This record gives sequence, C-alpha cells and structure tokens, in this order.
Amino acid sequence: MQPGAGGSAVRREGRAKLTGRALYVDDVAPPGLIHGVTIRSPVSRGTIRGLRFDPSLDWSEYTIVTAADIPGINIVKLIADDQPYLADRVVQHAEEPVLLVAHPDPMRAEAARRLITIDIDPLPPVLSMDEASEEFKRYSVVKGDVDRALSAADLVVVEGDYSTGAQEQLYIEPNGMIAVADREHGGVTVWGSMQCPYYIHGALAALLNLPEARVRVVQMETGGGFGGKEEYPTIIAGHAALLAWKSGRPVKMIYGRSEDMASTTKRHPSRTRHRTAVTRDGQLVAMDIDFMLDGGAYCTLSPVVLSRGTIHAAGPYDCPNVRVRGRVVKTNVPPHGAFRGFGAPQSIFALERQMDRVAQAVGLDPAEFRRRNFVRNGDTLAVGQTIREPVDMHALLQRALTLSGFAAKRAAFARANPSARVRKGIGLATFMHGAGFTGSGEVHLASVVTVEGAADGGVRVLAASTEIGQGTNTIFSQIAAEALGLEIDDIEIAQPDTAVVPNSGPTVASRTCMVVGKLVESAATGIRRTLVDSGYLPSTYTRAQFHHACERYIARFGDLRSTSQYTPPPNVRWDDETYTGDAYATYAWAAYVAEVSVDLVTWEIHVDDFVAVQEVGRVINPTLATGQIEGGVAQGIGWALYEDVVWREGRMANAQMTNYIMPTSMDLPPIRVYFEEVPYAGGPGGAKGIGELPMDGAAPAIFNAVADATDVDPRDLPLTPERLLSLWAARHA
Amino acid sequence: MARLLDVLRAAGLTGTKEGCGEGECGACAVLLNGALVNSCLTPLAHAAGAAITTIEGLASDEQLHAVQQAFLDCGGAQCGICTPGMVLAAVSLLRRNPNPTEDAVREGLAGNLCRCTGYGRIFAAVLEACRRMPQATA
Amino acid sequence: MIPVLDGLDLHVPAGLDDALRMLASGDARPFAGGTDLMVLLDAGRLPPGRYVSLWELAELRGIREEPRGGVSIGALVTFSEIRRSHAMAERYPMLCAAAAQIGGVATQNRATIGGNIANASPAADAPPALVAYDAEIELLSLDGVRRLPYAGFHTGYKQMQLARGEIVSRVLLPARDRGWRDGYHKVGTRRAQAISKVCMAGSIRLDGDIVSDIRLALGSVAPTVVRCRAAEAALRGRSITDETVDGAAQALLADIAPIDDIRSTAAYRRSVAQNLLSAFLRPADQK
Repeated sequence: MQPGAGGSAVRREGRAKLTGRALYVDDVAPPGLIHGVTIRSPVSRGTIRGLRFDPSLDWSEYTIVTAADIPGINIVKLIADDQPYLADRVVQHAEEPVLLVAHPDPMRAEAARRLITIDIDPLPPVLSMDEASEEFKRYSVVKGDVDRALSAADLVVVEGDYSTGAQEQLYIEPNGMIAVADREHGGVTVWGSMQCPYYIHGALAALLNLPEARVRVVQMETGGGFGGKEEYPTIIAGHAALLAWKSGRPVKMIYGRSEDMASTTKRHPSRTRHRTAVTRDGQLVAMDIDFMLDGGAYCTLSPVVLSRGTIHAAGPYDCPNVRVRGRVVKTNVPPHGAFRGFGAPQSIFALERQMDRVAQAVGLDPAEFRRRNFVRNGDTLAVGQTIREPVDMHALLQRALTLSGFAAKRAAFARANPSARVRKGIGLATFMHGAGFTGSGEVHLASVVTVEGAADGGVRVLAASTEIGQGTNTIFSQIAAEALGLEIDDIEIAQPDTAVVPNSGPTVASRTCMVVGKLVESAATGIRRTLVDSGYLPSTYTRAQFHHACERYIARFGDLRSTSQYTPPPNVRWDDETYTGDAYATYAWAAYVAEVSVDLVTWEIHVDDFVAVQEVGRVINPTLATGQIEGGVAQGIGWALYEDVVWREGRMANAQMTNYIMPTSMDLPPIRVYFEEVPYAGGPGGAKGIGELPMDGAAPAIFNAVADATDVDPRDLPLTPERLLSLWAARHA
Repeated sequence: MARLLDVLRAAGLTGTKEGCGEGECGACAVLLNGALVNSCLTPLAHAAGAAITTIEGLASDEQLHAVQQAFLDCGGAQCGICTPGMVLAAVSLLRRNPNPTEDAVREGLAGNLCRCTGYGRIFAAVLEACRRMPQATA
Repeated sequence: MIPVLDGLDLHVPAGLDDALRMLASGDARPFAGGTDLMVLLDAGRLPPGRYVSLWELAELRGIREEPRGGVSIGALVTFSEIRRSHAMAERYPMLCAAAAQIGGVATQNRATIGGNIANASPAADAPPALVAYDAEIELLSLDGVRRLPYAGFHTGYKQMQLARGEIVSRVLLPARDRGWRDGYHKVGTRRAQAISKVCMAGSIRLDGDIVSDIRLALGSVAPTVVRCRAAEAALRGRSITDETVDGAAQALLADIAPIDDIRSTAAYRRSVAQNLLSAFLRPADQK
C-alpha cells in the first residue's frame, strides 16, 4: 500500500524507466519513417544569397523544405513573434535553421548536411552585450527614492559589477520529435520530448495554417528538460511537421548532442551592477541595481526571464529605497531561453555576492549582516509586495549555520589557511523564489484540469503537465489519492495528449505541484462530491465502495468528471502597468551553505559539503522533493565552477560533452537537504513550488566560500581554475 | 562498420540510449562479456560472438534485479534517460566489488552522467542494493 | 544520431600476419579498442577507408615478466587489465594511476595502452608515466621487430617514429630497484572522465638528502609528452631546498611549451606544471 500525500511513494513510471521499457521519442519508429536534419547558418549574421546542392547526390530521394514551403506563418508563436522557423532572407545567428532535408535512410539524411551550401553575404554581427543597440525589453522596479537616499550623510557605499555566463541545460536526452501529417484531411500529430504540449499545439496551428482542433501534440517520456524543452521544442516540432506536411511521410528528427548544444537555447548571460548604501551598523538604506541580460538573436522568453530576474534582484531584505533597472538586449548569438531559475539565479548570484562584500565593508560577518536586514512578515518587498504569510529567515539561516558548523569552521579555516596548500572556506546565500507565473500570468493561463472516473471504477487525471523527471505523475497521483481516500495505484495519470487532456498550462515556473496540483486536488474532490451528493457514496467510504459507486454512476449517467479552472487566491493584486504589487502568490525561502577547498597547486575548487535548508509549505513526497533540491544544487555547482560556454565568433566552440564540463559523481559533495513547512493555503496540502529554488543558492554560496578561503574577490561566473589563477595573480602581483 | 549501440536499438532493444555519441555520458553502456562498455564506441565487429547484457536482460520475468528495486525505492531515477546505463554500471561495480564504500561507488559510476539527481539518491540506491543482496550474487 | 559510415570498413584479420600484411600494403589503418577512433567516427571525422582490428590478436596481449626483470605489456592490454595487475600496482604504480584516470570504467575496459600511445594526443594519460619509467617501445611489422626508447618516439604534434606497416606491439618497462619515490598527478577539467590540462609523472631517488636521480615527464604542455631534462638537471646532485626547488621550477619553463586551447590556458598550464613539480619535491608540505 502506497502512501498518499506526505509519503515517499515510489515513482509511478519508475519501473518502466528501470527496465528500459519507458518509451522516449527515439525509441519508436512508425513505418515509412523518414529522417529529418536541419541545415543551419555557418555565420552569425548576413543575407542569404542562395542555396547550392552538390550534384553528386540524387536530391530527388530527399524531401527538402525551405521557408517558401510554409503553408501558414513563418514565425514561431511566442512573445514578440520575431523568430522564423526557417530563415528566409537574413540570418541573425550562427546555427540558425535555413532549410530542412529528410531521407528514409538516417545516414543519407546526415550525409546531406555536408553537401548543401548556404551562400551568405556576411554582415557585422553584434557579439557582446556592450555592443548591443537593440533591446527586447526593459523593466524597472522602484521603491522609495534611491538617489535621495544615496546622497545622505554617514553612509557606507559599496559598488560591484558581477557577471554570469551562458549555461547549457544538458538534458541527457537530446531534443527529438516525430511528426505525422494528413494533408488530405488537414491535420498533424507530433510526438516528442517536451515540457509544454500546448505551446507546441498553438504554434503548429499557425505554422501550418490549420485549425487548432486539427493539431494534436503528445508528450512522450522525456529525458530531462530544465527549461531547455519549454519553448525550444516548438521549433523542432515545427520542422518535423513541415517535413511531414511536404513529404506525406512520418518524420523523425533527433538532434545529435553537438547540434543540440550549439543551436538550442541556453541560460541568459548576465551583467549586474550593484550600488548599496548601508548605515555604519549595517542597516540597508539604498540598493541601486542595474541588471542586464543577453537575449541572443531573437526575443523568445527574454521579457519573462528579465521580469523574474528583476523582481528577485533585491532579495529577501528589507530596504526602504530600491531601484532595479532591468534590460535584455539583442546580440547575434543563438537565442537564449528558459533554464531553471529563469533570471533569478543570475540576479541572486550578484546580490548575494554583493551582500557579503557589504558585510565586510562594515565589519560584520555575512550571517549577522543578513540578520539585520531580513524581511519579516508585514514588510514590503521592493516590488511592492507586502509579505502576508509567515516568514522566518532568521530561523532558516540559523538552522543552516548549525547544520553546516558554519561559525566553528570559519574560525578553524581562518587559523589553518595561512600555512595550508589547500585553503578551506565556507560561505552562505539567503534567498527566496517566487512560485508560479509572475503577476497576472496565472490568470492569463487560466489552467484547467479534469479528473474523471473510469468504467472499471478507477480514476484518471487529465492534465497537460508533463513528467520530465521531477515527479509530476507521482505527485498528482498522491494528491488525487489523498483527496479521494484511495490508493496511488487507483489513480491513472493520462499521457499529456492535447486530444485528450485540457490545458493545465506549461510545466515551468515551479507551478506544477502548487498551481496545477491544487487543481488536481479540487477536481478530484469534485468527483467525490458528485458521488456523495448524488447518493451513490456515503460521506465516509472504503476503497471498494468508491470503485463500486464510480462504476454504477458511470453505468447510469455515462461519465463522471470534474473540471477545475484556476482562480487567483484572494487579495493577490498585481499591476502590469506600474509593475508593482504581489508579484508571486507565494515564495519559498532558503538558506544555503557551501564548504569549499581551494587547492593552491592546481587552482581547483571543490565543494566538500553543502547544506540546503528551505521552507516549502508542505513536502508532498520527501524523496522526490529532496531529489529536486539535490539535482538543482548540482546544476548550480556546475554553473558556478565547471560549465563554461566558450564563444568563438558567435558560436559555441565547445559543443561536445567532452569539452563542456558538467559535474560527475566524483565532483559533487553529499548534498544535505532539510525542509521546513509553513503550509501555504493556495497549494495542495499546503505545498509551494520548489523546482527552481535550488538553482538560486548554490553559486553565490560557493563564491562567498571561495572569498572566505582565499583573499580574492570573485565576481564573474563560472569560477574556473584558470580564472581563479588570474584573480590570485592579480591580487599577489 | 556499425556501432553496437545502433544494432541493439534497431533490434528493438531500445533501453540502451544515445546521450552524446562521444563516450562521455555512459547512457549507452552495456555489459560485453561481463565488462561495462560504451556501446556508442564499440564497433559491431568487436561484439561478434559476445555475450551482451542490456538493461532489458537484468530483471527475470517480473522480478526486478536488486539494483533496480533499490533505485525504485530510493528515488535513484528521475527522468530515467541515464538510468539503464547507470544501473548496468552499478551491477558491473557490484560484481567486481560486492561491498563497496561510498567512495568506491562514486568512482565506479564516474563514467555515467546524471543531470537530474546530483547522484545522492543513486549512491544510496547502490549501497541499499548491496545491503539487500546476498554476497557476490550481483 | 547515427553517424555517417560511408566508406568505413573494419576488417577482422585472420591472424597477426594477415593484419601486418594489410598494414604493410597501406591497405588499412590499425584499430585497437576504438575509444579514440570511434569518437572521431561518431563526430563524422574518422578518415574513410579500411581499418584492421587488432583486438583479437593474442600476440598483442598479456602482461609478462621479462627475463632480465621488468615487464612487457602487450599493446592491446586494456587499462582495466593494467589496474588489475598485481605487478603493475606494486612496481609501476604511476601507470596504474594513469589507467585509473582514463575516462571511466567503461573506457578503461576498452582503451588500450598501444592505442593511447599511437593516437599520439599530447594530452594522453599513460605517456608521462611511461617516460618517467624509462619505457621502451616495441614496434612490429612484416619486416620484424625493433625497439626504441619511448621517450623519443613522439617527434611532433601527432607525429611519431612509426614506419609504414608498423604497429606498437609491446611496451617494456625496465626493472626498477626500490629506491624511487613516484608521483603521478593528472589535473583534468573535473575529477573523473576528463581530458588532462596538465599531467605530471615524477620519479626521484634520494641519497640522504641529495637527489641522486630523477625523472620528470609532463603531458598536455607541449605538442608531445616531454621529458623535462632542464628541470631534472637543476636537481640532480643537489639537495632539496627552497632555492633548488625554485630553480627547478624556473628551469621547467624551458622544457615546456603550453598553449591556450579550448580547455585551458598557457598561463594556467605553466603555473600548475611548476606547482606540481614543487609539490612533488616537497611532499611533507602538502596539506
């Protein structure tokens, strides 16, 4: 018997994954399949003069698709509608798709890549944020009057510039899609690796000029996403669909690893400038923050990434005067996009490093400085959100400090370091992460979930939220089972198929458990209520009674279903115009501590211990929740120390797993995870969203630890051994 | 010339996955005459006459191998794409070293990359499998 | 993604002679465990043509005791086999250390010492240990066998003293007496499954506190593995003091020629090479 909400139920699809039976997109092959490949621009910017096909190949065997073949609109439906599926006259970035070819033999399809030349007249590309002249979006958050506050007397002012590099999501399963088109009846179906079936659904309708009812999108088992399969899959799905449309054959497109790394979205690089004024005893008076992101060549989701980064830029601190000016600019590199954290890791990195430097400037230790400035219940965040729920950053920090042995270690390291080859340091980061879409986003999404009874007495949950490893299937089962008084095995989670499930919104923004799970809870409650109110079921019942009632009800009435649609929690007010108000329905709060070793012989930095303490509302499944934090911290460690995208002329030069370094099992410490629970009424059983939270805290805690271990002041991420050496050499010159 | 990986998958054994095609991620790992190898780097000719174990060959009927069961119980699989290679790497490790320390587990699995878990639950699963298995019966 | 395999053929020979004949005629290139060549194949960069597999050839396998002491390692011996060998662990620990850091277990089960040598990457992990152990290399062709000191085998980037039709057939490690202290340190991009950025193999004999003999070899800091003779000369016959250690570290700069590349920088490589040398010479200070 498996536990309901609050227990570590085993993963619903775990057995299939463990026996190799789970079906990912490359595991299936409809008969008559042809294999598609994407031919991409070799230069960062230019005008297309023409295409040349090597005559040594019999091109009649191939299906070839260019922009001219697009039945509908050659624009990827997203926010700014600026990105084509296939470049037509101009290319704006290296690897930009220009044409598609397909062949029944995958090797012949691959061989064709080298035999097509795109003639491009190059134009000078913009390859850095500094050179950028076009902006996709800007936001500003203003509280109080920063300029006036900065002019006051007797303040300590600390300035700092911080930067973060791009990060590749590196899901171990590359992007892939299968498409089948029926031109005669005007329809298309796509199966594949994805986070958001309905994003693809709406986009394909516009691309192929089809009514939405004639487009079907089905999510298959997906080998990791982390945001990299949020908006990008729309493009590969569109490409597969176009080839299917033209050829009349089923099409499979699977990216090779190198192609996936080089051409798909990455985390936005950032640059943040801080100017912080505090009183001599460390009270925050003013925070002036300029936050800039590199959006790459097309807008994609940059405005939303910027929004989240901007809103999180001033952190969990009570400061009377705050100004955050955020902007995201256009450069001629492959467009950046969603990656776990979505702007917040970038701005929080800068903030938490800055806070340590401010603490140092006023002679306070990093923990004490933060204690003097944490927000409390009733305080107002920079964006104008009054914190109405209980928050106790002091307790979280104290717990993290105790569990990590912070004070004793810091002192011990300080004593031992001067004569040691391996310097040790310990550092912290305190932060919060808003769950769900920003502001009115959830209202616009208007998510829907249906729970239905089945003729055999079982229960089915219909939602578009995808299982991508985070545990959606299991969490939804637990929530539904608890709401119905059933067991997890009584619940079936329908495969996310737009022909079958309603639109519960994208699987992003730490919303799946909190927002969609809440709808699962209420829809499940709905069918129970129907059975009880109609007299088919007593108000307390056994499992067997439920099954029996469900069978009888359906036999009598034909179906049993309850649909829930998102309604915003009361008293959550957001103003899109002024960009103020309740930015997020709730926040998860955290304090992280990293302990590092810095080897002065090899300049290698190793994380020896990591403590992650967070308040998350309610832990529905301890194993899954812990897994989310561990995995997110691991990605944060990778981002901080190892993962460096090497750019050469606007292309990723190290687009191989041998040269883009993610941590192996030997590189990571045991990651110690602890939860606090202050139930949030808007989440199922009190749960808040946590998927992205862990991404925010690892990097700044590590950088602060390195600063503690050595006398360098690292501000640019990643902190590779080469960069550490440069900092050290400059310091000791 | 053919890659063992492609031959296995074309034969319907799709449990073995291609994560990188460079021998870096270990998602394609299989046991070749008992030795863990990356099938994306193994030419078919070197598998002639060999005994190959893929993930599909681990469980007997409906009974999972102890490593698989432990992964299930300890949350060792999230998205599952690295899981077949990771499980085989663990089985290979336990066959060579039935009672490994956590460090030995870390080292034995170092050639299998996981992006989801941070490895903690995976190590816990392997050590749990050891505890459950009678000695030297991986 | 299935790579393009046009024009690629891996031939399994009838035996050693058959393989040597194919190699002599220029008909085929040698293929051992494939852990380097298959990466090229997967990336679409393996030169087309015929390859002859050496994997099955028993003559190229086995770790054998040599009559005059020392050990003979077949070119097709895998790094896993080296790790498992008692003789290696006891007498040639640096080669075992190298073997343990070549990729992960799956790579070590297939990667061969002959392949690691003949692929001639400056970042190869075994060569520094082989140089530090004064290894000899045996080359085999239809014309017979010849032996060379390994240290001079690599003559430039991806160039070696391998005549047409020749393969590396055995690696010979001479007997060593007990007075040597070994130190192998590979600095990679991460702690496992990594290409080396700097790799040092050092072996030192002390007579009291005088360096009576020393071998220093570095990988990833020049177009080939280098025997650091200038650094050695700065130490031989001297005692280990701050001054001599600094002098050796300075002299080392003449032995190496590191570059900036996709993985690292010349400045980093210089710094780490010098630091590794100093750390090797003063093990008591390493905490």
